[in-house]
Amino acid sequence: MVWFRKKKSLTASVEKKNVQVPEGVWTKCKNCQEIIYCKEIERNFNVCPKCDYHFRIGARERIDLIIDAGTFVEMDAKMRSVDFLDFKDSKKYKERIKAAVKKAGDGDAVICGEGQLDGLPVVVAVFDFSFMGGSMGSVVGEKITRAIEKGLETQAPVLIFSSSGGARMQESILSLMQMAKTSAALARLKAAGIPFISVLTDPTTGGVTASFAMLGDLNIAEPRALIGFAGPRVIEQTIRQTLPEGFQRSEYLLEHGMVDMIVKRQEMKKSLSQILRIFTRS
Amino acid sequence: MSQYLDFEKPIAELHNKISELREYSTDNVDFTSEIQKFEKKAERLKKEIYSNLTRWQRTQLARHAERPYTLDYIERIFTDWFEIHGDRNYRDDPALVCGFARIDGQPCCVIGHQKGRNTKEKVHRNFGMPNPEGYRKALRVMQLAEQFRLPIFTFVDTPGAFPGIGAEERGQAEAIARNLREMATLTVPVIVTVTGEGGSGGALAIAVGNRVLMMQYSVYAVISPEGCAAILWNDGSKGPQAAEALKLTAQDVDSLKTVIDDIVPEPSGGAHQNPIEAAATLKQYLLKHLNELLEYSPEGLVEQRYQRFRAMTEIEED
Repeated sequence: MVWFRKKKSLTASVEKKNVQVPEGVWTKCKNCQEIIYCKEIERNFNVCPKCDYHFRIGARERIDLIIDAGTFVEMDAKMRSVDFLDFKDSKKYKERIKAAVKKAGDGDAVICGEGQLDGLPVVVAVFDFSFMGGSMGSVVGEKITRAIEKGLETQAPVLIFSSSGGARMQESILSLMQMAKTSAALARLKAAGIPFISVLTDPTTGGVTASFAMLGDLNIAEPRALIGFAGPRVIEQTIRQTLPEGFQRSEYLLEHGMVDMIVKRQEMKKSLSQILRIFTRS
Repeated sequence: MSQYLDFEKPIAELHNKISELREYSTDNVDFTSEIQKFEKKAERLKKEIYSNLTRWQRTQLARHAERPYTLDYIERIFTDWFEIHGDRNYRDDPALVCGFARIDGQPCCVIGHQKGRNTKEKVHRNFGMPNPEGYRKALRVMQLAEQFRLPIFTFVDTPGAFPGIGAEERGQAEAIARNLREMATLTVPVIVTVTGEGGSGGALAIAVGNRVLMMQYSVYAVISPEGCAAILWNDGSKGPQAAEALKLTAQDVDSLKTVIDDIVPEPSGGAHQNPIEAAATLKQYLLKHLNELLEYSPEGLVEQRYQRFRAMTEIEED
């Protein structure tokens, strides 16, 4: 005789995890698969309250988290990309720009401006991965360079939050040159003794990593962000080996000496404030 | 026996005919006039083919297995060359050669990517794809050149920086980034020549110069046509289309006005057809630009280089 029988309803409730989640109110964490109330994630800086997974966020949201309310003054908001090569893959670059501007409501993949962080004047540049993969063409390179030059002019520390697939292919050689242009500007900032903090968020790869994003006086990463030069797929295809566990994640880079620290999004503002006050002796 | 690319086949056939006729020539049978006729035809065909190459064909020419590499140019342009090794941190990277030499008697520093000719050499040189230690060696040597007030010549010919596990662990991105920043501050003349493949960040990491030249059949782009095709077309075999879209030839890059200063003409059919002539022409260009730059003060060189890259912008602003 069987003493206990598994109730059918019990197994059914386990299977519920695979049920489609209605968008807007509840969401499923990409990492732990838990179903969570959207508002709860938002309240928690877009970080999963169960597993600490950092959801990707837009540039405007990031600025709200870092810069004191009402102090942000945007620079170069009207700068737009130009299809000077008449580049066409499955779609014309011209069309891609138009579609991205419409979708994002912003001019390109980075937003720059001046503002205050805990009352300390800073210049900040924030990438938006949703705008053509955060790719760097002329506009991104020029905005970043002007942000650095603004730091030079006003003696304010420069913060760059990267999230980018790298150089923008549609602008070919000129995208590549933005790496040299931005890095050269950083040389001047360094010579002037003004702090530059690079914050690497998921994902930061290619030409952005191989220029300003790795040149911070401090390089700070968000937890578990993908950070690398070549993308994991390219590496796997080149060396025909599977990649080690956690390869190119923030924790891996910390272990290999490429970033100074990993800071959770909820603590980012506090940490930056503490660091900048020491570096600026204020 | 020369190696011919697909589009060179008609020329190859004529060359074969000519050598056959030469073989059959004896004291009794004279093919001289036929040979001359074929030679003229070959010359005409060459002109026609090479002036109508597609961007993909030019990419293949830039990668030609017989194209002169950095060490070939060094041998023909410089004297007193000695190579130095190692980044003083990890190891020596044979994909990037560094050393000192003289050009027309003037002491200087020479740096360049190096590819191999045969399989063993290719593996040894890692197909011209440097690891971080290569870029760190290059920076160490450039800073030595600055210490001794020597102008720097760099030769770019790489598919790109090596994408491997070790390269990532040792900071490929950081090594390239640091070179970009530090090259911007060098107080001596830096003259860059793209001799073959200018492949992305791996090329740029030794290419922040006061002058940047491209050989006539070299290419320079943000990504290889194959890589671009794999990402944008989801099909790595669409390289020919991607090459067209990337506008990567010397003429394309020159038309942007800000990126390069000169196109160095190559012998008909490419540098590998006559490496001696190619090197002699390049030497004239290098000396011309060196003499111009020797007029600058150290601060003037830094400023000129900064403004050169600062101007590389194509945007719209209201």
